[in-house]
Amino acid sequence: MLTDLLHIEHLKTAFKTDGGEVVSVDDVGFRLKTGETIGIVGESGCGKSVTSLSVMRLLGKSGYVKEGEIWFNGQDLTKFTEDEYRRIRGNEISMIFQEPMTSLNPVFTIGYQMQEGITLHLGLKGKKARDYAVEMLKKVGIPRAESIMNEYPHALSGGMRQRVMIAMALSCKPKLLIADEPTTALDVTIQAQILELMKSLRDESGTAIMLITHDLGVIAEMADKVIVMYAGQVVEEADVFTLFDNPRHPYTQGLMKSIPHVDSDPDERLTSIQGTVPSLLAMPKGCRFNNRCQYAEERCRQEQPLLVTVGEGHSVRCWLAE
Amino acid sequence: MTGIRTETQPPSVQGNTPITEVEMEGQRKETYSRMIARRFLKHRLAVVGLGILAIITLMAIFAPFLAPHDPYEVTEVFEGEPSAEHWLGTDQIGRDVLSRLIYASRVSLVVGVVAVAIYIAIGTIVGAVAGYFGGWIDMVIMRITDIFMSFPFFMIILVIVSVVGSSLTNVILVLGLLGWPSVARLVRGSVLSLKQLDFVKAGIALGISTPRILFGHILPNAIAPILVNATFGMAGAVMTEAALSFLGMGVKAPMASWGNMLTDAQSLSVLTDQPWLWVPPGVMILVSVLAINFIGDGLRDALDPKALK
Repeated sequence: MLTDLLHIEHLKTAFKTDGGEVVSVDDVGFRLKTGETIGIVGESGCGKSVTSLSVMRLLGKSGYVKEGEIWFNGQDLTKFTEDEYRRIRGNEISMIFQEPMTSLNPVFTIGYQMQEGITLHLGLKGKKARDYAVEMLKKVGIPRAESIMNEYPHALSGGMRQRVMIAMALSCKPKLLIADEPTTALDVTIQAQILELMKSLRDESGTAIMLITHDLGVIAEMADKVIVMYAGQVVEEADVFTLFDNPRHPYTQGLMKSIPHVDSDPDERLTSIQGTVPSLLAMPKGCRFNNRCQYAEERCRQEQPLLVTVGEGHSVRCWLAE
Repeated sequence: MTGIRTETQPPSVQGNTPITEVEMEGQRKETYSRMIARRFLKHRLAVVGLGILAIITLMAIFAPFLAPHDPYEVTEVFEGEPSAEHWLGTDQIGRDVLSRLIYASRVSLVVGVVAVAIYIAIGTIVGAVAGYFGGWIDMVIMRITDIFMSFPFFMIILVIVSVVGSSLTNVILVLGLLGWPSVARLVRGSVLSLKQLDFVKAGIALGISTPRILFGHILPNAIAPILVNATFGMAGAVMTEAALSFLGMGVKAPMASWGNMLTDAQSLSVLTDQPWLWVPPGVMILVSVLAINFIGDGLRDALDPKALK
């Protein structure tokens, strides 16, 4: 049996603000094996991105991992110094971002930016680095890779830039790729191409992927297992088939109902989950979802539910699921 | 193994659209610097300014060949009117005005270039560090900057120069060491907004070191306003040097500077009766400062990202 590549336990990430400390990720944990893809879904502000940024320690000045452990490849990343972190960033863990239009430096050529990471982590220089960069660009399906090397980012479309970002992220053969809404800013046809590309590269290199998205379609396409986050907590965790067949948490069910299905009645209105995610500064007592949950009972308003296992690899944070 | 898969994978992945996309984009293939140059050349006055500055620069470099006389040589003709021998006449102690005028361009250019280079360097580093790291570092640096900016600039220069003594080197150092606060503010502002952009986060995620992110990735994006500021700063430095020399606190005779040549015009009789002593250096200051300012204007327009194409 494979050991876990990434094992996050009781992660609690907080931000210092003028209004006091805000815990934006509370007690999140999951395991990820080599070659596996985990999808993290939820509405905006649920702590999906913060979870991924915690793994990379890209939380900025005010954010920090308050509690918990992030085991990566047998080492606890929370104990790493900034120098040690720099060595694994872009090398063993890479990341691609939501906005391909601004993720490349506008004043340098694609080639320069590709070679920078390659020289830094792989020690390749000059012509060797250049050849390797061209090879990576070809691998992500960029035509005329040689001449693209001399182009500036403004000459490329969003889809092409995202391909370049993926090429950069994968050029050092990372063990883990964090993709933070990689297709959200792209139009639908390009989205499918990028997902297809990520899948084929994953199958080829055995890179584990942590995929953050609010698009359940992307999850269905890519993920092996899914965690659903709500207000900084994991509310449901399951493999992708179980989650789509048998969602147990009312929030997950709500998310499912809010997207159209092939076999749904075309005249039927999609249901939406009323209300918004509560502010992190004013969390409701009891279950964090209680004020938006149509099944909420008295108990839900008083006591906070725990994440309980309801099936193999399937756990839910809900009183009603027991 | 990966090599074989590499060859087989892309066609299934890429589809047809990206190729046309790129080829379409490839038509307006123009490097950034060439685009800037084209936009700069459209600005007529800036081109004229550049031409004038080039002439002055050549004049400064080849001064020994161009000057008809030794600028320090005292001839027997005192306060001589312009003649075939001395085109612009001679000054009160009989030195050739034209030769002095040509040599003086060296002083102005050296002051303009070196003083500005010093303060741009200081201001850029200080401002970049303040903007990028923020927090208390930013606070301390910006308060020091505020203090520097609240000094009456010209007075402090006069005081320092009169304490350390007036010479070309001292004028350059004083101008260079006092001019940085405005650049620091400018750079800090640019860095503050640039560091929020995704490519900075992407750079950190690639494991690039902090100094490299700051100086290798953020600063190149802030170069345009710095360059414009430097150009205007150069004009300012030429003016300040002239003013200091005029007041006798700058470049000292016998070394010639446009400013100290103007000193002669302090007397009313010279002002009215001997215009060849003060008109030429005055015109040179005016022309060179105007030329540099035009260049600055042209650069600012050419580098303005909002003025598309």
